[in-house]
Amino acid sequence: MDGILNALILFSNFVLVPGMAYGSQLAIGALGVTLIYGILRFSNFAHGDTMAFGTMATVLVTWALQSWGVSIAPLPTALLALPFGIVCTILLCLATDRWVYRFYRREKAAPVVFLIASVGVMFVLNGLVRFIIGPDDQRFADGERFIIRAREFKRLTHFDEGIAFKTSQGLTILTAVIVVMALFWFLNRTRAGKSMRAFSDNEDLALLSGINPERVVMITWTIAAALATIAGVLYGLDKSFKPFTYFQLLLPIFAAAIVGGLGNPLGAIAGGFIIAFSEVTVTYAYKKVLAYILPDNWAPDSLVQLLSTDYKFAVSFVILVLVLLLRPTGIFGGKTA
Amino acid sequence: MKGNLRAILMFVAMFAALAAVGLIQSWSLALAILNLCLISAVMSLGVNIQWGYAGLFNVGIMGFAALGGVTGVLISAAPVTAAWQAGGSGIVIALAVSLATILAAVFASRRMAAGLLRKLILTLIIVAGYFLARNFFDPATTVIEAVEPAKTGYLGGLGLPILFSWIAGGLLAAAVAWLVGKIALGLRSDYLAIATLGISEIIIAVLKNEDWLTRGVKNVSGLPRPVPYEVDLQQTLWFQDWAARLGATPVEFSSIFVKLSYAGLFAMVLLVLLWLAQRALHSPWGRMMRAIRDNELAAAAMGKNVTGRHLQVFVIGSAVVGIAGAMLTTLDGQFTPASYQPLRFTFVIWVMVIVGGSGNNWGAVLGGFVIWFFWIEAEPIGLWLMDLLTAGLAEDSGLRRHLLDSAAHMRLMTMGLILLLVLRFSPRGLIPEK
Repeated sequence: MDGILNALILFSNFVLVPGMAYGSQLAIGALGVTLIYGILRFSNFAHGDTMAFGTMATVLVTWALQSWGVSIAPLPTALLALPFGIVCTILLCLATDRWVYRFYRREKAAPVVFLIASVGVMFVLNGLVRFIIGPDDQRFADGERFIIRAREFKRLTHFDEGIAFKTSQGLTILTAVIVVMALFWFLNRTRAGKSMRAFSDNEDLALLSGINPERVVMITWTIAAALATIAGVLYGLDKSFKPFTYFQLLLPIFAAAIVGGLGNPLGAIAGGFIIAFSEVTVTYAYKKVLAYILPDNWAPDSLVQLLSTDYKFAVSFVILVLVLLLRPTGIFGGKTA
Repeated sequence: MKGNLRAILMFVAMFAALAAVGLIQSWSLALAILNLCLISAVMSLGVNIQWGYAGLFNVGIMGFAALGGVTGVLISAAPVTAAWQAGGSGIVIALAVSLATILAAVFASRRMAAGLLRKLILTLIIVAGYFLARNFFDPATTVIEAVEPAKTGYLGGLGLPILFSWIAGGLLAAAVAWLVGKIALGLRSDYLAIATLGISEIIIAVLKNEDWLTRGVKNVSGLPRPVPYEVDLQQTLWFQDWAARLGATPVEFSSIFVKLSYAGLFAMVLLVLLWLAQRALHSPWGRMMRAIRDNELAAAAMGKNVTGRHLQVFVIGSAVVGIAGAMLTTLDGQFTPASYQPLRFTFVIWVMVIVGGSGNNWGAVLGGFVIWFFWIEAEPIGLWLMDLLTAGLAEDSGLRRHLLDSAAHMRLMTMGLILLLVLRFSPRGLIPEK
């Protein structure tokens, strides 16, 4: 019995808790992609680098606050800096919309032209972020690192294995819940949110009903920028901030949005968790877990790892491919056109 | 005619710029730039076939180029007999098991009625096949990687002349493109972009981590060359004579001679591909492709198989990119998986196509030349600009040092700006489609 419980604890520590945190980060990121797709009707390749930009702005403000001795310990200072980061990113997104995307919107350009334009924006942002903060890893987490340490858990419960619960993981999950609730309240209850949904469902009908498209687009960019910054900062707090990693996050985020159905916010959240948990479960080495469950002489010699962590992109990709083959509109049904 | 004259003038200006580099900096550098210009031109020709002919957006150019690159190793590196003896059979069995699994899965899904039972059986076949293959594969890779890991530690290649890899690289890239296209084409346009982005990340991850095949990040270097070695040239009499007559030292001239030979080979490939691409574009097939690109619905109504033609053109374009990838490995004489960066291999190629003129093969070639030239020369120019801009600041000022250090990142920003500006203000590019 103890063996099974130990195995469960081990599994929670290395799969469940990190998966929840990573899933929340992906979900918030995918929400941004899906909203842009719903309203502006293109896949925004610049989203990963928008996340990087927002995180960079937050990191810079965090460093400034740290140097002034401002702190909200035990919480990380980055939370205090987050609003500044969000404002910077919103301004950036509105500026890119004004200078880049608005022109193509007026021209009624094909979605693929928007796609290429977003690649151009991605390029510029990527250069900008590396130019300002450099291409290296940056750590900006401070405050109390753990909510529960593995050692304390062991002392309290007398099990051989422990669960470590990082502050950043707790914060991520909590923030995700708050963000998602706020977003759905906004989309379902407010006038602006309703006009957004109407615009996403049927553009012509929405225009006929007197909805101002530019306003809807502005609100969408504002929300997407805020979501991107939050997702980026949470990911950075949990792991670390490196511009190139954020570019690579694009694939799991897109996969999450597509799995849930592009343009479908609920689907994006589900997709985020599906991708995160598949990635973590497939790349985890089960040797120790099996050793607890199986009889002594059955314990495996190898790591029992389905896929090495180097191939974690492959997981998002395989899921993406399966969805494209079996249900191209996503599990929850998104836009088809 | 006026358009032709403009195109010719632009090519002349491009070669004049290369000659200027030769005169001001050095001829060796100018030829090095020219060689990569030629390879870039082949790549952007391939992308133009996909984007310009058919409007397909491929964000995985890096992956197809890397596939071409790795065939350079697989074809030309010397086979490692010890590694084959140690683990070759294991790898072959694992591959056979994987193949059998795929065939069994396809067979089952074709022959069985849809339903829960089929899903169950399919899952069972795939899971069992995976573990069975891993059972042979893992021990085999361990022993292969243990064979003189500092020098080999991989299976090696076939030991054939490296020129064969140009064809093989194209075929390999085409095969992978067929698979990706089969899945992602026919759905909405964004899906191809995302799927290609994914496959290219995976290809690079495989090349970096499967040491038994590619030595991974330990790189394979010293691949055989299709052209003579400098050292050998310097020791032959006729070559020394020739150098003396031109008034150059044998060492200097041998380096230029080798680069010129590469340039000749690459130019030949480029011209053949360009000729083929032009013929295809002006054939009924090319007209049909453009008709599909401009109005898919109308073309489908005329009885054209839109998805099938898209798949065809996607495969052809990727094959051309694969050829260019193999040429790059040939030029470098080594294969370094870590050097494949999406910004360098995917997005810069895109800038080449857009700037050159999407839909026009000559435009794509010119774009390849111009953008590569600026990609190389932007660094000295950027540094010089930064130096000038920060000249007012003190020598040890942190800001000045930071700006000088980050000048390299300016290239990305510049490329992005060029892409956005051309797309907005001159979407037809330098040499527009007729």
